[in-house]
Formats: sequence, C-alpha cells, structure tokens
Amino acid sequence: MIARWFHRRGWSDMVIGLPYLWLLIFFLIPFLIVVGMSFATRTSTAPPFGFGGENPLINLTGYARLFTDTLYIRAFVTSLTNAAGAMVLCLLIGYPMALGLTRVDRGWRNILLMLVILPFWTSFLLRVYAWMGLMGSNSWFNKLLTGAWNWLVPQAWDVANVPLMHTNFAVVLVMVYTYLPFMILPLYANLERLDPTLDEAAMDLGSRPFAVFRDVTLPQSIPGIIAGGMLVFIPAAGELVIPTLVGDSSAPMIGRVISDEFSSARDWPMASAVAVALLILMVGPMMIYARFDARAQARERAE
Amino acid sequence: MSEALVRIEGVSKSFGAFQAVKNVSLEIEKGEIFSLLGGSGCGKTTLLRMLAGFEAPTQGRIFIDGVDMAAVPPWERPVHMMFQSYALFPHMTVEKNIGYGLKHEAMSSADRAARVREMLDLVQLTPFATRKPHQISGGQRQRVALARALARQPKLLLLDEPLAALDKKLREHTQFELMSIQERTGVTFIVVTHDQEEAMTLSDRIAVMDQGVVRQVGRPGAVYEFPNSKFVANFLGSINAFEATVSAIGAQITVDVPALGQTVQARAVGGVSVGQSVTMALRPEKITIHRTPVEGANVLAGEIKDLAYFGKDSLYRVALPSGALVSVHAVNAARASDDERLADWYDKVWLSFDAASVLLLTD
Amino acid sequence: MKRSNTFLLTMLGFGFAFFYVPILSMIVYSFNASRLATVWGGFSTKWYGTLLSNAQVGKALTLSLEIAIISSTTATILGTMAGIALARFTKFRGRTLFSGLVTAPLIMPEVITGISSLIFFILMAQYVGWPSSRGFTTVTLAHITFSMVFVTTIVQSRMLSADRAIEEAAMDLGARPWQVLRDVTLPVIAPAILSGWLLAFTISMDDVVITNFTTGPGTTTLPILIWSKVKLGVTPDINALATLIVLTVGLCVLAAGVMMNRAERRAERDRRLAYRANE
Repeated sequence: MIARWFHRRGWSDMVIGLPYLWLLIFFLIPFLIVVGMSFATRTSTAPPFGFGGENPLINLTGYARLFTDTLYIRAFVTSLTNAAGAMVLCLLIGYPMALGLTRVDRGWRNILLMLVILPFWTSFLLRVYAWMGLMGSNSWFNKLLTGAWNWLVPQAWDVANVPLMHTNFAVVLVMVYTYLPFMILPLYANLERLDPTLDEAAMDLGSRPFAVFRDVTLPQSIPGIIAGGMLVFIPAAGELVIPTLVGDSSAPMIGRVISDEFSSARDWPMASAVAVALLILMVGPMMIYARFDARAQARERAE
Repeated sequence: MSEALVRIEGVSKSFGAFQAVKNVSLEIEKGEIFSLLGGSGCGKTTLLRMLAGFEAPTQGRIFIDGVDMAAVPPWERPVHMMFQSYALFPHMTVEKNIGYGLKHEAMSSADRAARVREMLDLVQLTPFATRKPHQISGGQRQRVALARALARQPKLLLLDEPLAALDKKLREHTQFELMSIQERTGVTFIVVTHDQEEAMTLSDRIAVMDQGVVRQVGRPGAVYEFPNSKFVANFLGSINAFEATVSAIGAQITVDVPALGQTVQARAVGGVSVGQSVTMALRPEKITIHRTPVEGANVLAGEIKDLAYFGKDSLYRVALPSGALVSVHAVNAARASDDERLADWYDKVWLSFDAASVLLLTD
Repeated sequence: MKRSNTFLLTMLGFGFAFFYVPILSMIVYSFNASRLATVWGGFSTKWYGTLLSNAQVGKALTLSLEIAIISSTTATILGTMAGIALARFTKFRGRTLFSGLVTAPLIMPEVITGISSLIFFILMAQYVGWPSSRGFTTVTLAHITFSMVFVTTIVQSRMLSADRAIEEAAMDLGARPWQVLRDVTLPVIAPAILSGWLLAFTISMDDVVITNFTTGPGTTTLPILIWSKVKLGVTPDINALATLIVLTVGLCVLAAGVMMNRAERRAERDRRLAYRANE
C-alpha cells in the first residue's frame, strides 16, 4: 500500500512537502510573529509583551518612535551611509581586480580566484578580528599610518596615533574587507563572459583603451555591478558583528539597535518594529536587483 | 607601377615555439579584392590580425599606403575589420554600432548622422536602425558589421570569414552584394576564407596559404588551372594525381605513369628533364567519357566502379585494369532517365583527355 | 593596452595584499612572547600551549562540530528536496510562496532571523513545551533553517543547467519519474549536493549572530566562545586559535582546489586523447 503510494505520487509530495513544511514552521511563522510583535505593547510580564486584553490590539507606538526618536533616525542614516560607503569602495577596489583577473593567463587565474574565495571559507569573525589587531593604537599598522600622516601634514596637525578603532570609518573598512569577495566574484563572472573580440572591434574602429573600457566593457558589466553592489549593500546594512567589535558605540548601526532593544532593553515590540522598518527599507534595492536580474536573464534567452 | 597599398615584407609570427606565419611577403594593390585562402591553422587569420594591429610581427615589416605600421596601434590604423563573429556591440542599436567609429572623427553631429544614414542605406537596413543586434537576423547582422567597418571610409577593409556564419542560399546572394559594395566604395578588401569557391568567386587575386607559408599567389583562374604544387592543386578543387617519370621531351612531354600502365602526353613546359620524377595531375572535369573505344595518345580504358549523381553533373569513379581509380566529372547536358544515362555501374568505358590539360607538378 | 594591464595587475596586487596582510599579521603576532597582543616582544609558542591546555576550547570545538554535522546533513537533505522541487515541478499549489520562502532567508539580515527564531522558541517553550529550553536543539534547528536555502540555491541552479534530455532518455527507456530521480538526476547533481553540504557545514561552523540569539547557558560553540573573548579586545591566545583555524581551513580549501584542478586537467587531457584517436 505505502510502496504503491510512494511510487505513484508520494515521493513527489515528500520532495515538495518536507522542506515546505520546515520553512513554514521555522521561518515563516517566526517572521510573522515578529511582524505581529511590532504591533504589540511592552509589558513587565514574561514574555515581556501584551497583545489584546487590557492592551490595544494594534499599538503603533513603536513605529511612531521610529520617526520621532533621533536614536532610530540616526541609526538608519548611519547604517545606510556605511553600507553605501562600503558598496562604493568595494566597487572601486573590486572592479579593477575582477577585470585584472580576466587578463591573467588561465593557470594563474584559477590560483588567484581560489585566493579570492579562500577568505570566504575562513571564519568571518576571525577576519574582523584580524583588523582589530591592525587598528589598535599600538599596532605596527597604526604606527605606519601615523608616521605617514605626520610626514604629510603640517606639524601643527601631528597626532600621537590615528584613531581607527571604534569609528565609523573602521566599520566601513572592515565591511569592505569582509565583503569584497561578494563584489569581485559576480563581477568576474560577468566580465569573463564578455566577448574579447568586441574590445578589438572598438579598437579597430578608433577607440583608445580607455574609450574601449568606457564604451564597451563598462556598459556590458552593469548587471555584474548591480549584483555585486546588492550582495555587499544588503548584508552590510543589517550588519551586527562588525559595528559591535570595531564601531562607535555612541552612533550604533541598526543591527546593533535591534539587538540592544531586544536583549538589554527587553523591549520586544520596539525591536520588532525596527526590524520590520529595516526590511521595508531593503525591499527597494532588492526590487532593483530582481528587475535587473530578470532583464539580464531575458536578454540571455533572446540571444 | 605605382606603390602597392599594402606591402608585407618577410613577416613571421611565433607564439612561443609555434610558428604561425613564416616569412610571408605580399603586395596588395589599391581597389582589389584579395583573398587569403587556407585551412584552419594555416596562419591566414594571424596575418589578418597583424594587418589590423592586434598582433605584432615577430619579424618583418608591414606597410600600408607607404607607412610602416610597426608603431601604429590598432585605433590609429586606416584599416577596419569585419569580424567573423561580427563583434557587434550588444548594448548598442544598429545605428549606434554603425556610428561608433565616427565618434572618434572630428565631424559635426549632423554630418555623422548623415553618414550613418548613408551606410544604413548602402546595406539596406534603414528600417532596422533602432533595433539591437539580438533583434535582427544573421544576415542583417553581417550587413551591420560591414556598414560599421565601412563607415569611417578605411583604406583597407579586412574581412575574416565574412560568409561563414550564413546559410548556403544566403551566402551566394551575399557574395554578389559584397562585390557590388566593394565596387561602389572602391575600398580594398582582404578576405580570409577557408572556402575555395568563395575565394574564387569573390577575389581578384588569391594567396593560398599552408602551415604559415604562402604557397601560390595569382588570379583565381591561374591558381586553379596552373597550380604550382600538389597541395594547391588539391586544395582548389579535386584532382587525380599519379607518380610519373619523364621519359621523353619533344614537341610534347611524354611521361611514364606506372599506375595507369601506360605513358601520357603532356604539353611542353620548362624546368623538367628526362628521367625526372614528377606528379602527373588531371582535373576530373577535363576528362571525357566514351562508351565506345576511341583512338589517340591520352586514352584510358576502364570500368565504372562508382557514380554519384548531383543533378547538374555527375561524378564517376573509373577503375583501370591496373587497379588505379580515376575520377571523372561530367555535366549532365541532356535530360535522361536512370536507364538512359551516360554510363552505369560496371559499364566498360574509355576516357580521353587533352595533352594541354595534363599538369606536371615537380614538388 | 600594455599600460592598462599594468594598472589592473597593480590593483590585483594591492587587492591581494589587502586580503592577506591582516591575516598574516595575525599569524605573526600569534608567536608574540608579549602579553600585549599588538606589541612585539620576541618569538614564542607559549600561546599555543595555553590554548591546548584550555579545556573550554576543545569542548566548544566538539560542540560546534556536532552541531555543524547534524545541521548541515539535515539541511542538505531538505535543501536538495527543495531545489529539486523548484527546478522540476513547475506547477504545484503554493509554489510562489515556496520560492519566496527559499529566497527570503538568504537576504534576511541575521539579526532579524536571530530574534525571530528566539521569540519563536521562547513562545514554543511556553505554549507547546518543546523545545523546553534553549541550547543544542534550538541552535541546530536554527542552523538547519538558514543553511538549507543555500543548498537549495546550489542544487536548483545545477538542475536548471543540467541537460533535461538525459532524464527524458531514462523515461523513454522505461524508468518511472521517481526512478529517474534516483538513477539519473541524483548522480548527476551529486557534486552540487556535496558543495551544498560543505557550504552548510561552514556556515554552521562560522555562525555567531543567530547562534548567539538561539543558544542557552552551557551551550557554547567555538564562534560564541571567540565572540565573547574578542568583544573584550585582542589577546595573543585568540591570535593562536585564529591561526590554527585559518591554517586548517586554508589547507583544506587548497587541497580541494588542487585536487579539482588536477581532475579538470586530467579530464581535459583525456578529451584531447579521445579527439586524437578519432582523427
């Protein structure tokens, strides 16, 4: 009986049903709880929220505070500017690297690609930690920077050491460091597929190398730029580990705010409201990404 | 004679240990269609890329219009190329593709637009001006590539396998179109091709290349009828070739051909001596088939071993008593049903040919 | 052309220096005799000794490995099923929601996944009674959930690029759909499943944020242990631990890379020989 059912349609029901059910229970329901929680009221009970009963069914205090309390506004601004900064820097460093990778010969290219991917597999936390060692005021790297700074600027501006740790700059720098492979890999995949005879055709028609890049390579790599940009921007905007370790705690990023509201302040409804707001903010860039992705795929199919 | 438009002097090109082009010297006149013909890996494309400036010769020099091209980068050469893949910019419209080279020219935008319109008109693509390359057909793409390369009025146009990507019907039509456009614009064409028929119809002159070396240069008729080597004879059409020894030189040359079991008379040529080993070669269409015995010097008797009917003509393979096979090409001039044709399997036939048709190759 | 290449290659050089100088510096300082982690005080391997005598580290590593093996294996099974479902079953009820559920965890900020899982587990404990407390079980469940979608992505794209004709050939030769899956599809996508497992394993071994939210007292994975120490600053024994981890992972990836490269080259050579045999 069971064997017959399995052969006929049971196997396909299982293949679809099991992962579906799992994601419904362990992803969708928790997510919906957070959305519901953002409309709840904070109480001193355990768990610390109330819903209905003596509390209003829909409490919008959390959302109202998002727009009135400067803490949240500043956190959002800090997150978005840091993420955007990291994205732009990743592009500026990653683009020439990805293009350079397409110009080295095959054997070397595989080795170099592996070296780009290698940090992916090593601990994220340790990569952040490696920079903590470099940025501290006594480190060789900081002394090097301080020396360079003091040599470059007039004496009046001399500093004992360059303040790196616990600044927004440190956050951006470490985000660039940890997310750079996310920029390089999609860009490389895109650039590598471009037809090199197009470059030759442009040169043949009178373009110098820079004009070839501007007219031929760059416009064709826009899908790669967008993919890489989103892969950096989206995780960077919600980053928690990097700002906690190297960031300025007086100007926290949004991930830190959510975590603090939840754990330290035990204000679950507020944490949920901030989380929902962060998601809504991210929908915009994600839609742009999805649209470009769909268009690129449609073009590929047409060719 | 005036200075040639392109002068290639002793050019060689090596990639590591591999020598792609070996000591090639050529002169190409203004206004001609010149073909580089050869199989894959014969060095024809490398030679073309050196003319365009994408590769630098390892040795030798290239002059275009009297100017040494050694230090001239691709973007400053008065040479444009039509790529085998067409290399159309996928993110630009047909119009933008054609106008791309003009961007680097000091001309007003009105002039530029007028020139683009003129080119669109030349290749009959005006209705498709705003399409992207992936929205037009293969034949149209080929014409966009041509128009783009011609827009800047180059002195020399390089065409890399211009017809290879088209289907057979379109290819014939496009051949004539290419020739008429060349005539109208007066631009010198250098065509790289592996297709001997294409080279023969298109070109004023052909250079046959093999393993990096130019084997023969000449007008299509000359290269076909008077090949200087077995390689050239074989590469341009098919040929019957047999080992032979020169046995007498008089008004005609007599060669002894063991494979045929008899001697053959050939027209007198210089450079051979009695006792020399040569290759006796004969094109299949130069042989006539007879159903009854004929008299004369160059007559062979045999039996039809195989026949292939192509419609307008037929190919016969005739087995001689010695076991040698001779291919004969005959035009099917008269309409005939299967049982009334010229010859059939296992028929006994006689083959005759002119002494003038016999080639003696000494390589 | 030459000059632009010089620029690009220089940028590559700088980029790789940027990638590897911090890690190399960390490795060098793990051999620092000084207690001050950033000031050089001579060569010493004493921090490795301290590390090896630290029972906490060993316990955390074992726990991390246990969680990673269980969660990545479960995630691979579920994720492969989801990938097959999305690539081969074009029509079933709720497919749109399903494909959304498979993509959403990929882009959901970890903090949000973390707190939503935590709230869920707290409410489950209160109203359902299972899992009764937070620890091994909750961490494993959370890891399965967010790593399975990575497996799905890999499997799905491999399935979409695979030649459907071989599946049709199997059907044509009399295999039922589920036998096609077992005899043809699964062997073909096996490499993708393996890389999915590896990815799920590293994600689980590496995770801080979600583990930090869903773990309970007494369940300290290696990243959580490092996290709690690193928050207090740079210390030489963490340098030593980091060096060991980076070198282990680096060597594994390197070995895998070399092996893949060699297999690829061998396949290429075989192909060439086969071509030559045909000529």
